Amino acid sequence: MIALLAADLPYWAQTLLRILGGLVAVLLPAGTIVYLFLFKMMSFMQSRLGPMEAGPYGSMQLFAEVGKWLQKEDITPARADRVIFKIAPLVVLASTFLLVAVVPFGPDAWFTNFEAGVFYLLAVSSVSVLGILMAGWSSANKYSLLGGLRAAGQLIAYELPMVLAVIGVIIQAGTMNLQGIVVAQNGGEIFGWNGLGNPYILTQFTGFIIFMIAVQAELTQTPFDMPIAESELVSGYMTEYSGFRFLTFFIAEFATAGVFSLIASVLFLGGWGVPFAWFDWKSIDDVSDWMNVVGPLIMFTKMMVLAFVIMWVRFSYPRFREDQLQRFAWKVLIPISLVNIMITAILKVAF
Amino acid sequence: MTSTESLIDRRQLAYIASQAADARLNVELETDGMTLNIGPQHPATHGTLRIIAHLDGEQVVWAEPSCGYMHRGYEKLTEVRTYPQVTSLVNRIDWLGSFANEVPFILAAEKLMGIEAPPRAQWIRTILFELSRIANVSLFLGDLGVQLGAITPVFMAFRDREHVLNLIEATTGGRFHPNFDRIGGLKDDLPAGFIDETRAVMKTLRNFCTEIEDLLFGNEIFQSRTRGIGVIPKDIAMQYGLSGANARASGIDWDLRRDQSLPMAWDKVDWKVWTHPDGDSFARCWIRLQEVRESTRIVDQLLDNIPAGPIMAKVPRIIKVPEGEAWVSTENPLGEMGYYVVSKGDLGPFRTKIRSASFNNISIVPWILKGVYVPDIITILASLYFILGDIDR
Repeated sequence: MIALLAADLPYWAQTLLRILGGLVAVLLPAGTIVYLFLFKMMSFMQSRLGPMEAGPYGSMQLFAEVGKWLQKEDITPARADRVIFKIAPLVVLASTFLLVAVVPFGPDAWFTNFEAGVFYLLAVSSVSVLGILMAGWSSANKYSLLGGLRAAGQLIAYELPMVLAVIGVIIQAGTMNLQGIVVAQNGGEIFGWNGLGNPYILTQFTGFIIFMIAVQAELTQTPFDMPIAESELVSGYMTEYSGFRFLTFFIAEFATAGVFSLIASVLFLGGWGVPFAWFDWKSIDDVSDWMNVVGPLIMFTKMMVLAFVIMWVRFSYPRFREDQLQRFAWKVLIPISLVNIMITAILKVAF
Repeated sequence: MTSTESLIDRRQLAYIASQAADARLNVELETDGMTLNIGPQHPATHGTLRIIAHLDGEQVVWAEPSCGYMHRGYEKLTEVRTYPQVTSLVNRIDWLGSFANEVPFILAAEKLMGIEAPPRAQWIRTILFELSRIANVSLFLGDLGVQLGAITPVFMAFRDREHVLNLIEATTGGRFHPNFDRIGGLKDDLPAGFIDETRAVMKTLRNFCTEIEDLLFGNEIFQSRTRGIGVIPKDIAMQYGLSGANARASGIDWDLRRDQSLPMAWDKVDWKVWTHPDGDSFARCWIRLQEVRESTRIVDQLLDNIPAGPIMAKVPRIIKVPEGEAWVSTENPLGEMGYYVVSKGDLGPFRTKIRSASFNNISIVPWILKGVYVPDIITILASLYFILGDIDR
């Protein structure tokens, strides 16, 4: 869509269009996840109704909350490292925008069609660690410091299984380009049968599970939410933040959940595509232009399914302790993903 | 492993941690311990308890509870109240199971006056006592999830506890502070329809226990967070004067409802005192889960055969307690709760000593927190289960 519309426009107009598209791609999933899952689904799971007053079924609640946060005083602790304290939430949010930049939403609807897309993706996903460490250290609060250090340890530990889980996909697709991975899945076949294409959730199921666990840890959602552990560290690295800066952290948390769901749907569920066999498409050049409109909707549906799973786990589980978490990452996830890579490589050569 | 060995292990761990901290200090990194104040305002202490923890990294070198932030002086206040007025004070000690606080005080006063409540009043007292135990401990079961990061169980606990509170409200007129017990009996009889309603609620509560057992106790993460964490050996539990579920989880077969003969109805029904040999956090939580189940059983059986008759013994209109001293303690939701009442023959007590369970139960905190990690502080405190009003009185 973006590339399509921007084809003949001057550079500034293309840039503006990309920024607007990026805002939509980050904020729309975040808002939907917060309203549908955090406000409503969690309430239904806990035998309550959730917000009901603001708008029909409380659908305007999010705007009310944002309005409330914007009115609050922007507090900086007296002993805080002021500059870093103020930049930190923006760094965390920026990593979300960097992530969405390479995600393809349709045959021509992408922000950048980057050849080493997966590589870039895994690299920028750790930028948020920097922001969290900055927030934790600069707050001059012991709870924040503990939270920040825990976050750093955890995010670095779970980066590795995530990378290793994705390597299986890369081997199978033979490309690091996300668009290429989508095409490889939808144009592929499983033992000669192409009715479903070859979504890698079927052939890379282990990788998918490991990826989703790593995403859960990367997002610091509940079984792995020690960095923000509310009952221990109050809110970890976010303790000292209020008003708009807290809102930035909040948006970043759920926007990143949305973007990681998008990435998982690209890597494992076939992204924007439908199986090419349904319409007798042979390659990406045959894909008709209406996929630029339908594709984002398909992506959005898949994202909501995966985000549902992430939130479902978040609302049901207690949390690990850090040493248990590290043990789980290094002793369980990494060996399994290494075995997965080996098997994938052998099968790739065999077939 | 015997208990003394584990004690030595724990001290060794703490010693090693402090030595390691010193060693690092001496090398090139200028590391220093960090003193972390958990509380007085902290989501995990549900009240105003302050734990001063000296940390090395995330490991606790030493920790000490500092209480008194919510001291309301009830022992002193009883000296300027008449006997019937005291129940409205002691309601507020353990505010989740308030009716249970009134009973031992009233029993002590009755003991001094040499009267005994009629059987029907004893029966209803026991039912309300067990209902307040259920209201208290079922909230613990939900809250346990919150302390460990699972947010859903607490809402289930509030949902089902509501029914119990409704029953207490229907009977006494107060949801949290019933102020219903009187010297020589009770203020009122049971309301109409109480028995059927209570049977239905007890069934709901048993379902709730099953739900919590499935959702929380069967969860692997929960087990890995609680099993083997915060082990209190039997002799240590005795030395620190733990009572209630905390003692029973350490294998001490001790329950004042069974071991004492009080003018209450516990000895009339069939129930079981659960103990657990492990003494860890999981055991303490599990014992409480079983206790809720046993309480529902007790209430069910008591409902079957409530005797008819008056609910008030013959007592004078103006109550003057004869000179003397009496000690009565009961098995409250949090543990042993007792009142030592000294009377000089006045309208009010001359001196009252309140032995509340939580105060003794948290005395073990400095010992048990030595060498554990910060997340385990929360698990252990949650499993010890204290209520701030019960600590500070």
